[in-house]
Amino acid sequence: MDDSLSDNRPLRILIADDSDSDRLILKTLLRRLGHDVEDARNGEDAVGIFRESGADIVLLDALMPVMDGMEAARHIKELAGERLVPLIFLTSLSDADALARCLEAGGDDFLTKPYNRIIIEAKINAFNRMRLMHRTLSHHRDLIRDRNRQLLEEQEIAKRVFDNVAHTGCLNATNIRYHASPMSIFNGDVLFACPRPAGGMQILVGDFTGHGLPAAIGALPVAEIFYGMTSKGFSGSDVLREINQKLCRILPVGMFCCAAMIQADFHLNQLQIWNGGLPDGVLLKRDGKLETIASRHLPLGVLGAARFDARMEVFRTEPGDTLLMMTDGVLEAENHHGEMYGEERLKRSLAGAGNAGSPFDAVMTGIHAFTGKQPEQDDVTLLSLEMVEEAELEGVSERLPQSALEGPAEWHCVYEIKDRSLGQFSPLPLLLHICMEVPGLRRKSGEIYTLLSELYTNALEHGVLGLSSDWKATPDGFGRYYAERERRLRFISDHFIRFTLTHTMTEGGGQLTIVCEDSGSGFDYGDVSAVGNENGYSGRGLMLLQKLGRSLNFREYGTRAEIIYDWHFSEVAAREGGTNT
Amino acid sequence: MTDKPHLDQEALAELQDVMEDEFDILINTYIKDSSDRIAHLRSALEHKDADSFSKSAHSFKGSCINIGAPRLGELCSEAEKAGRDNRLGEASVMVDAIESEFGQVEVTLRRFLE
Repeated sequence: MDDSLSDNRPLRILIADDSDSDRLILKTLLRRLGHDVEDARNGEDAVGIFRESGADIVLLDALMPVMDGMEAARHIKELAGERLVPLIFLTSLSDADALARCLEAGGDDFLTKPYNRIIIEAKINAFNRMRLMHRTLSHHRDLIRDRNRQLLEEQEIAKRVFDNVAHTGCLNATNIRYHASPMSIFNGDVLFACPRPAGGMQILVGDFTGHGLPAAIGALPVAEIFYGMTSKGFSGSDVLREINQKLCRILPVGMFCCAAMIQADFHLNQLQIWNGGLPDGVLLKRDGKLETIASRHLPLGVLGAARFDARMEVFRTEPGDTLLMMTDGVLEAENHHGEMYGEERLKRSLAGAGNAGSPFDAVMTGIHAFTGKQPEQDDVTLLSLEMVEEAELEGVSERLPQSALEGPAEWHCVYEIKDRSLGQFSPLPLLLHICMEVPGLRRKSGEIYTLLSELYTNALEHGVLGLSSDWKATPDGFGRYYAERERRLRFISDHFIRFTLTHTMTEGGGQLTIVCEDSGSGFDYGDVSAVGNENGYSGRGLMLLQKLGRSLNFREYGTRAEIIYDWHFSEVAAREGGTNT
Repeated sequence: MTDKPHLDQEALAELQDVMEDEFDILINTYIKDSSDRIAHLRSALEHKDADSFSKSAHSFKGSCINIGAPRLGELCSEAEKAGRDNRLGEASVMVDAIESEFGQVEVTLRRFLE
């Protein structure tokens, strides 16, 4: 802050009067009061002096030769710009009209002759206070404007960083439609979707309490965990547990995230959903029936790990069914009467949709018609997921982002899982993670995951547990199979499943060798072609293994399976090119 | 005519107090300035320039009020009005009265300086 904001500094006062004696009196008076005075004989000189050296306060005679006070006042106000330069007319005018004209010309007050030094001093002080106040206000306004601009710039950068971390994943899949405000991150809404390596996809819809940067900051780790874990094959429940634990730790009390996790399996035609604090979702069956997806949990970031329930509800679906999930911005969208869109209107919008148009369009149109605004102006996040045939989504899982790191090319590792852990822990995400360190394998994560998971399931269920896949041929047997599986898992001892992974570079790409050994007594692999009649789940599994791997060998009575998986640079490059379009 | 005093003793005393050493300069400035104003009034009359006459009388009035010569100020005020109403016929007499009053004021002021 400059000196002129302190009260003690002498003021620079400019006076203009054509009468030599009056000018002399005023100049002397003001100097005696301790101010610096410059004087001019007419308006033009006064404007010149003001332009040269400025002044804190200007005293102007109204009637002067060359340029009168009124005109000088206009020029000086113009030169002063945003600065408040109090302008006081000196006058022996007595009629009210003439005095009013002085003020209209931009004067702030007037002093009548004869001069009275007490009045002069009081007025100068009063106007100086006003001037200082105006300065302070302008200064604060500039400060606020600068801060605001800075804040917007920071938000813009933060948004760019955020968009990189919390990219939209596979939200562009053909069966997903969504609406989210472009700056939704700053109103606390998040929407992520990621393909699962084993097929299908996982979607997270979230709504943080609060707005602005605090909400955005909470969303960053959520995005990291969601994309990181989902692409490594972790289930929706695993991801939820991890996110919940993280948010509990980092969010202040009173801040949390209402959210829904959706795990869509297009092969099994089922949805697994966890809703914690979001408005009821709607599952629209192809036949027009509605199923409500109610919130059955507290939001993420509220309960500690011990009390957190990450179990997901399973919904049977058919291709053509549509799931709608939303944040409360949808139901709270207001019309100009202050009424809210609400659940009833949502249902009416859906019912009115009939056969024409999608449920998503019906709701968006409904909100628009109700509020009379473009939904873009609201904090509306709406997601629609259509259940489709698995084949329609081919290629989605190959869009997983690829790291630019070189990664290991030649390596070998052995991972053995034993006894109790066989029933409690899935080694698949970890093994997939190891394989995904090879950039060339990253886009094949779905296939690798399938290989690992089929090998592991076979080793566990048929090798270690000695279950027969024949049981699964009948509905009764299917139930018995899983009951028996649970029972046997509890009593496992002296058993292991060992994975041996070897990766090596070949001329045009690389080769991954997966060996899976188990401690079981072996199963009948002799007639691999016979199980190819697709009469059971494991039959399908073996078919898959054969299709994906270059070779599949069973040794030692089925306790050792080996798969050799080749990949080629050309393939990876072609797919990379394909995803950019 | 007016019954206001030639000089306001109280106002002059205050001016003396404010101006200190510069009081002499002020009085001499006023006397010189006033002679110029009277010459200007006469010249405006000659050119029948009512606007210039009125403005000159207005400024003269201001400095008379400030210096403490109320009767001369009053005469200037009447001249200003005459000029504004374009009654220059009466103005010649008024300038005579102003000149005569100024003569008295000047004598008294000079006595003040001694």
